[in-house]
Amino acid sequence: MKDKKSVIGVLDLQGGVHEHLDHLDRLGISYRRVKEKEDFEDLAGLIIPGGESSCLCRLLNIFEIKEVLLANYNRGLKIWGTCAGTILLAKSVVGEENCLGLIDIEVERNSFGSQLDSFISEALIKEVDPEPIPLTFIRAPKIIKVGKKINVLLKIDDYIAAAESENILVTVFHPELTGSLAFHRYFAIKCGIKFEVKKNGYTDPAWENYSWTRMARIA
Amino acid sequence: MDAKRYELNVQLAQMLKGGVIMDVTNDEQAKMAEEAGAVAVMALERVPADIRKQGGVARMSDPAMIAKIKKAVSIPVMAKARIGHFVEAQLLEALRIDYIDESEVLTPADEECHIDKTKFKIPFVCGARNLGEAVRRIAEGAAMIRTKGEAGTGNVVEAVRHIRTMNREIRQLAQMPMEEVTSFAKNNGIPYELALKIKELGRLPVVNFAAGGIATPADAALMMQLGCDGVFVGSGIFKSSNPQLRARAIVKATAYFNDPQKVLEASMGLGEAMPGIEIAQIPPEQILAGRGW
Repeated sequence: MKDKKSVIGVLDLQGGVHEHLDHLDRLGISYRRVKEKEDFEDLAGLIIPGGESSCLCRLLNIFEIKEVLLANYNRGLKIWGTCAGTILLAKSVVGEENCLGLIDIEVERNSFGSQLDSFISEALIKEVDPEPIPLTFIRAPKIIKVGKKINVLLKIDDYIAAAESENILVTVFHPELTGSLAFHRYFAIKCGIKFEVKKNGYTDPAWENYSWTRMARIA
Repeated sequence: MDAKRYELNVQLAQMLKGGVIMDVTNDEQAKMAEEAGAVAVMALERVPADIRKQGGVARMSDPAMIAKIKKAVSIPVMAKARIGHFVEAQLLEALRIDYIDESEVLTPADEECHIDKTKFKIPFVCGARNLGEAVRRIAEGAAMIRTKGEAGTGNVVEAVRHIRTMNREIRQLAQMPMEEVTSFAKNNGIPYELALKIKELGRLPVVNFAAGGIATPADAALMMQLGCDGVFVGSGIFKSSNPQLRARAIVKATAYFNDPQKVLEASMGLGEAMPGIEIAQIPPEQILAGRGW
């Protein structure tokens, strides 16, 4: 499994980087922080984490990471955006210019309201996990429209919460903020990394809400 | 606040990591901050440098002004309540902003008690000078910590002192034999369980930002290299000669804090930084970091 293209990168400009690294580590996937042009070399996949999309987009533009990212995408790099990452990847953003525009969806930023409207729920997404997956929405966007070629993975009420194209996966919620490894596994498979199928789901009972801190210790 | 709500509030702060939170006093500044790449704005009537200059009692800002800022941006909006002033906090919660800063920059309303933050659904960030102070605030329900520094001075020395103190105490705790933890908890006035948790994690269980005196891209990178998770800039941006340029530069330097070449690029040609104040020249009763315990 550890061939040249088995590394998954996490875009390390701002936001929930440690949380994704922790999840990749739990699955035994080789991971790398992606901050410089060189960090894109031989990546199988890239995760764009949650954070503030306006900040992330600005930083992508300043240090020419955007061009490298797009060039790698054109060469087949798989990309997964969570929350803000979804906004960055969307072809169309309500009331704003798009950033990367790599998946044919329309999103509305911060669509639920303030932090007081952030919430958790769960849903069954059979393609991803045989068991229901916990969902964490934090000042989340909504996917309000998708193109014809887009596969919708999860629709709730009037909006879409997870979708994919051939090379892009988007989730408006945060699997990295729960004990579920299902989406990380699903994305890794999309990137060509092989896993065995488990019948009892993909939740790590050892995960705790401060598990991310092991990636950011002081002592 | 139930445990799940608290978790969500801690997690919002996690999403701000590596970012810059900027003080703004009107909707135009808020838009400029957002455009420059701020991850959140702190809405207040006067930046700390002006509060310091003008003296008197500093209170929660006019809610109408906070509401206007909230409407102007899509990034999270924070606002300050006085230490212990739980009604100001109730109003800010009713206003449905995203985060409350129970702040020593405003005149404390209670010299004994901080706000019981567990009673709220909205998250709180609180300032701290050392580990004991940080952990007491977490025990009261704070979902995010920041150094106090010395706000409105443009002088980073106090923020450095505070993060170094916290880190030193965390390292001591991490290496301490178990039988010493009880007395550490007692001497620092913190719950034993939280002391154990911090010992295990080797850091605070919540995000810890730098605040108080950050004025340049190099200041921001310094605090990040010292182990802060992100940066608050109060007076440092809008009291400088070119706020837009400086705001962008501090965002860049915070993201690439470990890359001197990029911090150097960010530091070029920014114009005058805010005027600084030597801490020794501030009368002791005007030291903001001494407010709260």
